[in-house]
Amino acid sequence: MSETRSPFGRRHATHIPDAPILEAVGVTARYNGRVALDNVSFRLTKGERVAVVGPNGAGKTTLFKVIAGVLAPTQGEVRVAGHGPRGHICIAYLPQRSEVDWNFPVTVADVVMMGRIGKMGLLRYPGRQDHALVRRCLDIVGLAELADRQIGELSGGQQQRMFIARALAQEAELMLMDEPLTGLDVGSQESIFHILDALREQRVTVMVATHDLNMAAARFDRVMLLNRRLFGFGPAAEVFAPDRLREAYGDNLRFVQSDDGLMVLTDTCCGGDRR
Amino acid sequence: MNGLVDIVLAPLQYGFMMRGLAASVMVGVVCATVGTYVVLRGMAFFGDALAHAILPGVAVGYLVSGVARGPLFWWALGTAILTALGIGAVGKETRIKEDTAIGIIFATMFALGIALISRTQSYAVDLAHFLFGDVLGVSMGDLALTAGFGGLVILTIVALYKEFLVISFDPILASTLRLPSSLLNYLLLVLIAVTIVVSLQTVGIALMVAMLVTPAATAYLLTRRLPLMMGLAALLGAAAGVIGLYVSYYLGIASGAAIVLVCSAFFLLAVLFAPRRGVLMGRRARAESREAPSA
Repeated sequence: MSETRSPFGRRHATHIPDAPILEAVGVTARYNGRVALDNVSFRLTKGERVAVVGPNGAGKTTLFKVIAGVLAPTQGEVRVAGHGPRGHICIAYLPQRSEVDWNFPVTVADVVMMGRIGKMGLLRYPGRQDHALVRRCLDIVGLAELADRQIGELSGGQQQRMFIARALAQEAELMLMDEPLTGLDVGSQESIFHILDALREQRVTVMVATHDLNMAAARFDRVMLLNRRLFGFGPAAEVFAPDRLREAYGDNLRFVQSDDGLMVLTDTCCGGDRR
Repeated sequence: MNGLVDIVLAPLQYGFMMRGLAASVMVGVVCATVGTYVVLRGMAFFGDALAHAILPGVAVGYLVSGVARGPLFWWALGTAILTALGIGAVGKETRIKEDTAIGIIFATMFALGIALISRTQSYAVDLAHFLFGDVLGVSMGDLALTAGFGGLVILTIVALYKEFLVISFDPILASTLRLPSSLLNYLLLVLIAVTIVVSLQTVGIALMVAMLVTPAATAYLLTRRLPLMMGLAALLGAAAGVIGLYVSYYLGIASGAAIVLVCSAFFLLAVLFAPRRGVLMGRRARAESREAPSA
């Protein structure tokens, strides 16, 4: 098995060509003593864009952390390109904005540079190539002019784009975005989808946790309906059947019969940015 | 003019003042640099507790080998490192909240230290010595230990700059980049422990947390980049050491207290006048930025 050296002398797994980019087999995880994920299995193909929807506490963040190898599943297994996630540095987790200390004394460029650390190695400082790559990543997300700003000075959409730039600097092949659209205006959401479209061309696989069912249906290849266990995974038209949604969301979802006969779905569990 | 020069030069004719100044500057720099992470990670209580928890180690060293400084240093160092690792492990493994665990360990160790020292004849004097420091009693040997271990701490912080930055700013990123987070976290606790021991004689146990937190917090208000924050904190820590010692010399007040009060004065000035985060100027800057929001 050929492998590359990690900064701390451990080895990183190389990707097995025919293996799916992500495969979860019977993943069960406990978080703070309760079951957060129950026997979740699915498979993603490379370059796919998947929306993960479900009420608050459905285990979306836990699922991402298990996929990223940050949390270990109590049962089951996650394989990324054929190996366990802990062998990889190509998985990027983009945190919820409410989880970040925006007063931390770092600039936008500093944060993006953090993505390079996995490749740099111990006792080494960023080289010319690292700086050039960081600049390119900032260009791609349209933040080049704000590179030297302290991160708290950015708008919500800019903060989200900064984390995408960091994932790009990490050369991530699997991006896990935890509620990137929450609390953003339509324009900011569009600019993020614009970047995601470009990522799709580079065959980067993206999972996005979201509460916006319309957005999930309209802008993603497949949707994953999650509430601890998997209630459906496939095209939105199939997965978002009212019965299935009712089953997954319980009381968190309201169905409204509108004039033209369409069901309008309202996710009542959370209002906007929780910050 | 001559008067000012005299004021500065007069104390320097004494060897103990020169050694005290050297110790204060070194301690100011090391404490402030490490203190940057103490402030950013919200570890002030840990730092305070760790400083107090050294007391039994110092007391045993004192009972075993008397006032000789050398052995005291090593006793303190051993106790500090063990306690730091112990607190780190307890916070991780038990169901008790971390600050509660720290509180229990801190009080237990401190009480144990007082109990041990209370067995000696000169109880009150000895205790005051450890609690409040004695910078004017610093010997050349002490200076060498301070320089050696303080230098090692700074070197480690510089060498592992990007790793410490990531585990402090985004632990999940550190994990996905497969950095040895837990090892780095323990190493940071050990660095704080060494810093406290190195500073023991200059500021003492009771006021240690001020040296760790105040210059770094002052720098935090004044800068928005970590390297600048560290550099400025170190500068402020060193300046407070020097100014505090002069204040102590001329006003006849305890040196540790004088140094800490100078730190506090710096902090107060920053709170009032910091360009962005300060109370006065910050309000103006915030008002302006509201009028002209950046796109």
